[in-house]
Amino acid sequence: MRGNYSTITKMFSAGVIAAGLSMSAPAKAADDTIKVGILHSLSGTMAISETTLKDVMLMLIEEQNAKGGLLGKKLEAVVVDPASNWPLFAEKARELISKDKVAAVFGCWTSVSRKSVLPVFSELDNILFYPVQYEGEESERNVFYTGAAPNQQAIPAVDYLMSADGGSVKRWVLEGTDYVYPRTTNKILEAYLKSKGVPAEDIMVNYTPFGFSDWQTEVSAIKKFGSAGKKTAVVSTVNGDANVPFYKELGNQGIKAEDIPVMAFSVGEEELAGLDTGPLVGHLAAWNYFESVDTPENKTFIDDWHKFIKNDKRTTNDPMEAHYIGFNMWVKAVEKAGTTDPDKVIDAMVGVSVPNLTGGYSTMMPNHHITKPVLIGEIQADGQFETVSQTSGLVMGDEWSDYLPDSKDLISDWRAPLSCGNFNVATGKCGGKGTN
Amino acid sequence: MILLRAIGLLLLLTMASLLPSSAAEADLRAIIAKFATATNFSATEAVVRELAASGDPAVERPLSALADGELYVRKGDSQVFVGKDGAGGVELLDPLSGKKAADAAKTDLTKIKVNNGLRRTIRDALGTLTLRAKDAGVRLAAATTMFKTPDAANIDPLEAAIAVETEPAVKAMFEQARAATVLVSDKPEADKLDAISVIAARGDRDALSLLTSVEASAQGAVKDAAAGTIGRINSTLALWDAGQNIWYGISLGSVLLLAAIGLAITFGVMGVINMAHGEMVMLGAYTTFVVQQVIRTSFPGLFDWSLVIALPLAFLVAALVGLAIERGIIRFLYGRPLETLLATWGVSLILQQAVRTIFGPTNQEVGNPSWMSGSFDVGQLAITWNRLWILVFALLVFAVLLYVMKRTPWGLQMRAVTANRRMAASMGIRTPWVDALTFALGSGIAGIAGVALSQIDNVSPNLGRGYIIDSFMVVVFGGVGNLWGTLVGAFSLGIVNKFLEPYAGAVLGKIVVLVLIILFIQKRPRGLFALKGRAVEA
Repeated sequence: MRGNYSTITKMFSAGVIAAGLSMSAPAKAADDTIKVGILHSLSGTMAISETTLKDVMLMLIEEQNAKGGLLGKKLEAVVVDPASNWPLFAEKARELISKDKVAAVFGCWTSVSRKSVLPVFSELDNILFYPVQYEGEESERNVFYTGAAPNQQAIPAVDYLMSADGGSVKRWVLEGTDYVYPRTTNKILEAYLKSKGVPAEDIMVNYTPFGFSDWQTEVSAIKKFGSAGKKTAVVSTVNGDANVPFYKELGNQGIKAEDIPVMAFSVGEEELAGLDTGPLVGHLAAWNYFESVDTPENKTFIDDWHKFIKNDKRTTNDPMEAHYIGFNMWVKAVEKAGTTDPDKVIDAMVGVSVPNLTGGYSTMMPNHHITKPVLIGEIQADGQFETVSQTSGLVMGDEWSDYLPDSKDLISDWRAPLSCGNFNVATGKCGGKGTN
Repeated sequence: MILLRAIGLLLLLTMASLLPSSAAEADLRAIIAKFATATNFSATEAVVRELAASGDPAVERPLSALADGELYVRKGDSQVFVGKDGAGGVELLDPLSGKKAADAAKTDLTKIKVNNGLRRTIRDALGTLTLRAKDAGVRLAAATTMFKTPDAANIDPLEAAIAVETEPAVKAMFEQARAATVLVSDKPEADKLDAISVIAARGDRDALSLLTSVEASAQGAVKDAAAGTIGRINSTLALWDAGQNIWYGISLGSVLLLAAIGLAITFGVMGVINMAHGEMVMLGAYTTFVVQQVIRTSFPGLFDWSLVIALPLAFLVAALVGLAIERGIIRFLYGRPLETLLATWGVSLILQQAVRTIFGPTNQEVGNPSWMSGSFDVGQLAITWNRLWILVFALLVFAVLLYVMKRTPWGLQMRAVTANRRMAASMGIRTPWVDALTFALGSGIAGIAGVALSQIDNVSPNLGRGYIIDSFMVVVFGGVGNLWGTLVGAFSLGIVNKFLEPYAGAVLGKIVVLVLIILFIQKRPRGLFALKGRAVEA
């Protein structure tokens, strides 16, 4: 028995060593480099989305070094793999900050991974750039949110569907995966729709588990809900992997975009890569960036990306643009502050303005969210999105939703005298509560 | 003289018949040219409406091209063309005649943008224009569109079309479309009541949708008739809903059966807790992907056969990997379930990461052959082809496996080794090889399940993760070591799940099913069909 246990132990330690080898980045310490931490899952369920972000960060760092680095020093990427395991995100973040002494961290994808690293960042006082659209209801001093807040994605998307162009939708299905982002977003949307006079019986909310694959019942429920003589649309916060079977079932059951359009917040070019988009033409997505956007900046970015990844079939997507913006903002703020000291950089960040890829400038606001345009795109047969609507100006990220009773009185301003992430304007005190 | 006059008359007649058409063509071309200057969706929509108002069937070509996103403006001279993707760029066709006009590079063209609103307008416009089309399918589609978006102006063309229609199915659809248009017109009440009874005969969701909006706007007898019909349709539909739930349950059951049946061999018959079972399914799905990739690049004509070709290959790949796992790891761990569990868990992680390294972490596209796409109706029940084929396939795999286990010498040896290893060995059976081949068989079956599952799920390194828990659930619930138990277990879990889902939601439904299984196992630890006899104690 004993011998066998030792065999197992050997096997396991071999596994651990192998895993460790693949995870640990070049850790040679050199004082003449500035280290940048990359905290994205390279294995496990989230690897599908996050690996691309690791690659785009490596590309941005390489480009910055080619331009001569930062403050006369070279940048050095430190890549760790939190393996889609939420507690491991916190451990790896601590390792990056305490052991590798990185100047800033770019990472996380899901809200739960971000929530898990928050205490680490405030305790060790470092900077996190979070590149994915999220549910809002949060503003931390050490975090810069370069993805969209609900008012930069969800609300304009619903507005579009309500407009004549979007089909004057009267009945709503809010379909989501069962976790914090869809639940909070749907809560905001429900409140918003009701404030626009949509009666409760015209809103159907439904949740499915992560990685759900048998959509027959849900799709036929949508069909049934849509046959009440009113124009119906689906607002989908269905996450990642579950989307492919969802869209396949929609196509097979013959739900056409002209009849019941599906507006998705988590479906980008990357997700569509695994799908035959022929039957899906006309279904919608709301983002702040599409690969198909026709600007010189975007063309350069896509060309660089293809060259870096050595595959010209790889797509670009919204969170990649968010890292592009976030990284350039950080570089600018470091140059402005003249140091990589997180405290000074955090103060220098507010007001920094850099070009985005859709032909405008994005600015870091005092609430640590950025300004972005909102684009609505329709899926095309070639797996790309075609912009059918765009907000006239830039939309400023609103961290505390105005449509939720708990958070409508809260604001966030991290500039000097106030320096508060949840200031309650009704009571005049810092420290109010949001929904989570 | 008479001859001359006759010729003159003939000439005149031909000219008369020619002139308006060419004049009309010029008009149409003038309208089509406006697409080039339309800068936003509402301007494009105005052009579409103008084209539709011409009533000329010739506008069908440019309009359907526009709806498909194939209408382009050439940047050089602002001419409008229908463009088809060709070998070296875009092949430009004349928008009216459809004759090839020129070739162009994609960069020299501007695509005319469409959105859902425009597509709807085009679909409605084409509906009225294609009522007299030669193809019965097109006429049927036209009638369906007119039924769904009734417009009082359509009554006369519909009545004219009904008068000349010979195909009974199309004629019936025309009459329903006419009924729908009557309901939105200002015809007398009696006509509307007749119309309601015509629509009631349809008895489906579209009828319900139409009647609901009629009920909301109508008055008096029409409102009452609509309300009564809605009630009747709803009660029939409730019955169909139950039928639909059963079908969905059977279909989910077939997926569970496919995923679990390989495990019924490795876990059920051999007693190996194989956590890498899901990865065998994944390997099968990736084999399908590779096969399709090769077919796409080298033999595009064979695409519809890709799944049939992938089946034996997926079986081989998964079976070989299974064989390697058994020979390399599991055979040292027989009789130690906990260690087998941990070791196979490790193997599953290694396989996942290997696939991730080779193919990349993103989803791979596995296409559906034409015979796996779309759906057909049985009464009010929409049955999708892919689900039906998967059910047939699952039952077939089950039957073959049952035959192998019960009727072949190899199956006999397998069962003998499981029942009493030492006795089997002393009868001259080479038990290690039977073990290896049994494990390979179970893995191979998982591989072909992967071929089927690639049609309904993501092909990503995580594919197997989603099925491992469900597979164990099915095997344990059905009774370890019993193939029939797996069959009954899979279908009953599927049906219970799908009956709970509409009421409890997918998340709670799944929890309830899990709790039910736990309670059931408390009561009957050996599952539905417990094996009896000495084998159980061994």
